[in-house]
Amino acid sequence: MRDEPLVLGIETSCDETGVGIVRGVTLLADSIASSVEEHARFGGVVPEVASRAHLDAMVPMIRRACETAGVALTDVDAIAVTAGPGLAGALLVGVAAAKALSFSLGIPLYGVNHLAAHVAVDQLQHGRLPEPVMALLVSGGHSSLLLVPDVTGDIRPLGATVDDAAGEAFDKVARVLGLPFPGGPHIDRVSGEGRIAIEFPRGLTSGRDMQEHRFDFSFSGLKTAVARWVEAREMAGEPVPVADVAASFQEAVVDVLTRKALLACAEHGVDHLVLGGGVAANSRLRAMAQERCDAAGVLLRVPRPALCTDNGAMVAALGSEMVVRGRSPGSLGLPADSSMPVTDVSAREGAR
Amino acid sequence: MLLLAFDTSSAAVTAAVHDGVSMIASAAEFGSQSHGELLAPTIAAVLSRAGVGPSAITHLAVGVGPGPFTGLRVGVVTARVMAEALAIPLIGVCSLDAIALQAVSESAVDGPFCVATDARRKEVYVASYDARGVRLDDPAVLRPADVELHVRQSPAVGAGAWLYPDEFIDPREPRLVSGAWLAAFAVAAIASGESLLDSTPLYLRRPDAVASLTRKKVTRP
Ligand SMILES: [Zn+2]
Repeated sequence: MRDEPLVLGIETSCDETGVGIVRGVTLLADSIASSVEEHARFGGVVPEVASRAHLDAMVPMIRRACETAGVALTDVDAIAVTAGPGLAGALLVGVAAAKALSFSLGIPLYGVNHLAAHVAVDQLQHGRLPEPVMALLVSGGHSSLLLVPDVTGDIRPLGATVDDAAGEAFDKVARVLGLPFPGGPHIDRVSGEGRIAIEFPRGLTSGRDMQEHRFDFSFSGLKTAVARWVEAREMAGEPVPVADVAASFQEAVVDVLTRKALLACAEHGVDHLVLGGGVAANSRLRAMAQERCDAAGVLLRVPRPALCTDNGAMVAALGSEMVVRGRSPGSLGLPADSSMPVTDVSAREGAR
Repeated sequence: MLLLAFDTSSAAVTAAVHDGVSMIASAAEFGSQSHGELLAPTIAAVLSRAGVGPSAITHLAVGVGPGPFTGLRVGVVTARVMAEALAIPLIGVCSLDAIALQAVSESAVDGPFCVATDARRKEVYVASYDARGVRLDDPAVLRPADVELHVRQSPAVGAGAWLYPDEFIDPREPRLVSGAWLAAFAVAAIASGESLLDSTPLYLRRPDAVASLTRKKVTRP
């Protein structure tokens, strides 16, 4: 089992109940139930609603993943689960489920970091990750630039958002423009019909900021600038060019993300960049990242959209790599940690 | 039969193994750690005390509350996934019923009584029982003062009764759910063949969700 372990991964850090099964770096199943519709009318994820949905989706997703993979639970060699970061109550459901599987089946349990799993998932599509690799993770919950010498044990955060996550900014701007939640896909869609006509601010790119926050991001000022611009139009009684605003906003986000990611590659001598997180499904981000990587001689690795958003396969992918590398598993007492630092690839036990 | 029962609806995590005739082993954990950290090790401990592995279990029972949601879910998801992995049946037990059975069996009460547990937010989970420990109504979540007068003036067991002595004038032991009595309740329910609860948690409260439908202005007038 050491070379090609059969690993089941569980992800419940936000509103997706994901159960994935991999053998080595081969994806066998990726089952997902989402409670996103139940949150839509609140304009954001309601933690208790998400936790209740995880509880009810857990066994059906485990069943579906086993059926899709054509394996029985008793065939599984190891269990991996997102131990953090994420919504505390939501994480707990997944961690408890993973412990129940580990204990019932008598197999090892790995409590892993959600962000590391976003990086590891690329192995399921493009084969083993080069070392080191640069990772840009952007979603509704995170915006991080990571230098990754070893995805199972050595992840160095270079920068992160200082306020809103990129995906959060998409949601908030979508609301300003009267587009549905979650905002990302809708902004991407209407941007296709718009022109990049408005110069919105690029957060943390001024000379001073590039010294103090070289690889950090800020999207809060951009979001406010968009809201001000729209309100000014409305107050003047003019129509709001929704597509143009969306396209211009999207351009500002994508410009900063890719600019800093490539700067990080250059300064750290890294020639592979991986994208991950829900915002990595954004078509403009993919296109601009590709252009700029090509120009800089960096190889871009972008998993397909279904692997970029939160899912169980990414957790299984990281768990599988941990088995292959002989990393030690966790205990039945391992904690869920809602603010787990990215430098901890495995859940830290007994430290609290 | 070898039944494993556990409950996470109260401040304790409690588990027991029962062979259909008597209780074989029990374990309870209180502590600063969360139910999520305590439950699986407690289950492992009670099975090792019983001298059996998980594959020897033939039936599962879980306390479905009512109780604080986060802890309750840890128990219910653990039970559901264990039942799936071991391919064995699972039943739910109203956690208040386990406290009631213990109260009657240990002669803490000798007539009609109620069970009241801590629901936080200055409320209790409460249900009333006859002298034999048969529940007379669905559990409710109420402010102590809103519990019917004849109910709260009857003998009251459970931690909720002890928290509000002005309303529950005759509080008695036990205070928390015991895995052993939960197991005993489940064994009796299975034997009697009466309609069994599934593992749906008794939340009794809707999720707190603040809808934010109106857009906030960022420009000051
Ligand atoms: Zn994520």
